[in-house]
Amino acid sequence: MTTSSPHLSTPNSVSRLMLHVGYALIPGIATYAWLFGAGVLVHILLASVTAMTAEALVLMLRRRPMASTLADGSAILSAVLLALAIPPLAPWWITVLGAGFAILFGKQLYGGIGYNPFNPAMLGYAMLLISFPLEMTRWPAAHSLLTQAPSLSDSVSLIFASGVSMDAISAATPLDTLKTQLALGVGIDATRTGAETGKLFGQIAGVGWEAINIAFLLGGLYLLLTRRIAWQIPLAMLGSLALLATLFHLLDPQQYASPLLHLFGGAAMLGAFFIATDPVSACTTPRGRILFGIGIGVITYAIRNWGGYPDGIAFAVLLMNMTAPTIDYFTQPRVFGGGKP
Amino acid sequence: MSHETTKTWAFPGGLHLDDHKSISNTHHVTRAELPRQLVLPLSQHIGNAAIACVAVGDPVLKGQRIAKGDGYVSAPVHAPTSGTVTAIDEQPVPHPSGLHAPCITIRVDGKEEWIEHSGCEDYRTLDASELRNKIREAGIVGLGGAGFPSYIKLNPGTSAVETLVLNGAECEPYITCDDMLMRERAGEIIQGMRIMQHALQARHCLIGIEDNKIEAFAALREALAENDDIQLVRIPTRYPAGGEKQLIYTLTGKQVPSHGLPLDIGVVCHNVGTAAAIYRAIVHGEPLLSRIITLTGSGIPQPRNLDVLFGTAMCELLEQVHAKAGDIGKLIMGGPMMGFEITDSHAPVIKTSNCLLAEHRRDLVQPPAAMPCIRCGDCATVCPALLLPQQLFWYAQAREFDRVQDYHLFDCIECGCCSYVCPSHIPLVQYYRFAKTEIWQQERDKQKSDAARQRHEFRLERLEREKQEKKQRHARKAEALKPAGADKGDIKNDPKKAAIMAALERAQQKKQQSHIQPKNVDHLTEAQQREIDEVNARRAAAHKQDQEPSS
Repeated sequence: MTTSSPHLSTPNSVSRLMLHVGYALIPGIATYAWLFGAGVLVHILLASVTAMTAEALVLMLRRRPMASTLADGSAILSAVLLALAIPPLAPWWITVLGAGFAILFGKQLYGGIGYNPFNPAMLGYAMLLISFPLEMTRWPAAHSLLTQAPSLSDSVSLIFASGVSMDAISAATPLDTLKTQLALGVGIDATRTGAETGKLFGQIAGVGWEAINIAFLLGGLYLLLTRRIAWQIPLAMLGSLALLATLFHLLDPQQYASPLLHLFGGAAMLGAFFIATDPVSACTTPRGRILFGIGIGVITYAIRNWGGYPDGIAFAVLLMNMTAPTIDYFTQPRVFGGGKP
Repeated sequence: MSHETTKTWAFPGGLHLDDHKSISNTHHVTRAELPRQLVLPLSQHIGNAAIACVAVGDPVLKGQRIAKGDGYVSAPVHAPTSGTVTAIDEQPVPHPSGLHAPCITIRVDGKEEWIEHSGCEDYRTLDASELRNKIREAGIVGLGGAGFPSYIKLNPGTSAVETLVLNGAECEPYITCDDMLMRERAGEIIQGMRIMQHALQARHCLIGIEDNKIEAFAALREALAENDDIQLVRIPTRYPAGGEKQLIYTLTGKQVPSHGLPLDIGVVCHNVGTAAAIYRAIVHGEPLLSRIITLTGSGIPQPRNLDVLFGTAMCELLEQVHAKAGDIGKLIMGGPMMGFEITDSHAPVIKTSNCLLAEHRRDLVQPPAAMPCIRCGDCATVCPALLLPQQLFWYAQAREFDRVQDYHLFDCIECGCCSYVCPSHIPLVQYYRFAKTEIWQQERDKQKSDAARQRHEFRLERLEREKQEKKQRHARKAEALKPAGADKGDIKNDPKKAAIMAALERAQQKKQQSHIQPKNVDHLTEAQQREIDEVNARRAAAHKQDQEPSS
């Protein structure tokens, strides 16, 4: 067999890349489970099993090599990211439905890894959020806010036995609370110090949420430093989000939350380092990645403030996914020797 | 004046590769043994293949021209030693296609008898054109691996040459032939450069050497006389620093235009090996007969550099470094990044053979299967041409050749950086070569069909023209038959029409005469007339009956 040059290659591989992204998620997941209960781990497991089953099924139908594709880790990664976006005590079928949809409709329907125009995890999440708004917005409060935190077995029974009330442990997220209170005409300061609502807000962006965001930030920095993700997308996304937040916050601090709350609240860090950076559906040119990141930051901010949802990362990512091919086309780098632009 | 400058410009992309050079550069260059026969391909360079000018059975002397260049972009081939031509036929040659090609085979007589030749002691007495002719006649082509006829690059035409660059970067891992040449023949390189400088009237001279070649750098510095204007530049070791465009940028900060030549920015770039060959051609009158080649890799027990006559079979060289044919799993000519696999080790060493990389069978690994592209963009990060390899791949795979060109396929230098880093192990360069070949083929097909269409259009045009000409000719003849000032109605003034009229009249008269009764029925008697009338009446009645048989 004659092979073409180069006759050397790095030991790098897709599965190794996915594995390291997985490693980078560990601090965030651990913090999440620590502060909000082990339900998230159950959902990660559920989503992974569903995603692998769905992927294997399609590969079988398409008569494609199964082992190498399943081993690339991309399906599990999508599943984990989706599970992290689902409320930790949501019923089991939510995750199964979402993960199945993400793999079947978000990925394999387009031809599998590398061919999907949308981020599969976010597509699954968006489908769930639109179809099952009740289940998808019932978030538990952080354990520190509860008189009695649910144990692992409590979580499992809550997830698998539908109909069990979880009212005792659910609470609106800080971003959600802020939105509701602003709609009621309550200013930000009053919300943050209110007797009922105030306890949700910690030092920066909400009890529990800020810690999770910091943990994801650490994982993201690991990926950045090991050059497994490009710096342009997270920096542009967080930068534009922070810039807009600062601008509006300075204009009207009672109406617009501080940039810190935006950066460390909701799914900001998870979105910036792990979701928006999905290479398949993101822009690939250096300038394109900056535009892509800015787009996500701007849309997220717009949805958070003026849209119908408390957080907007998923929709922002999906909207920018649509623009990626066009952005890529118009942001080609000037070739070497191509003269000054 | 200092021989060193520190200012360099970092070209985009590129890779840090493990160099593996120390395994082959610890021994001096030695001459390879004289083989029993030499097989000299007629095409050892870019451009038209040379044309054989000897016949089977001819005795040849060392340095004798045995094939002449065909056209401007071509180079002659010389007999590397004395002997007899035994065959002119197709033989295995080192080419990526693995196909055979026309070669001249010489049976070596071992006498090493030179053809009469003489050098020129002072190259300054020769003008640029004389130098170029000598270099052309010596069959010198770029020894860096591309094999472009060198004399062409010494002909700047009307362009002014600001800078002459010598390429001593040698950025491919494993290869050390230029390194060893610089260490051992620094003086020849410097003198060769001076000859080139004289031919080009270049203002500045720069030699770029990667900073991992400390000894070569020292040797060149020593060879440079005091107060010389040739500058040695240490450049960072980063693949592909030895790419012509990359080296020129590193040394001058100027980018060779995307579809242009170094000359467009006043630069000419030659390999150090070419400089040494030019020195030998001009000063000693020796044509290009041999080169230094690196024999290295895990399949070779004694890696080293050999000075090898062109035409020596690769398998013989491998034997000389004690490599066992059965141990070699893969034989590559060139470096691991840009070289190609040799399928038949009987292929000869040619002018562009800089390295033979033999991989031991046990080190042979099945390349990992290609997975789908995940658009990670690592390839774009390392691309020295600032391309988007992932997009090129996408469109090459889809055979969208217009789109591939939108993404500047032809700026790809095939350095292999993108394939090297691809986590999906996609043989990207292979796709680009495929796309380029397809586009060239389409271009050729288009030219062919254009020519055919043109021929067809010309034919139609010619037929139409001939028709028109015929018409005009007839019209002119008709015009010529008309007397001057004649008009259509006036018969008397038109001799032709008058003649026609006369002829018509004559015919009319003749016709009238034919109605006259036959002479033998003139002057009949009444009885005779009656008899005739009766016969006529009977005939008429019978005729009538014939026409109405049913009544």
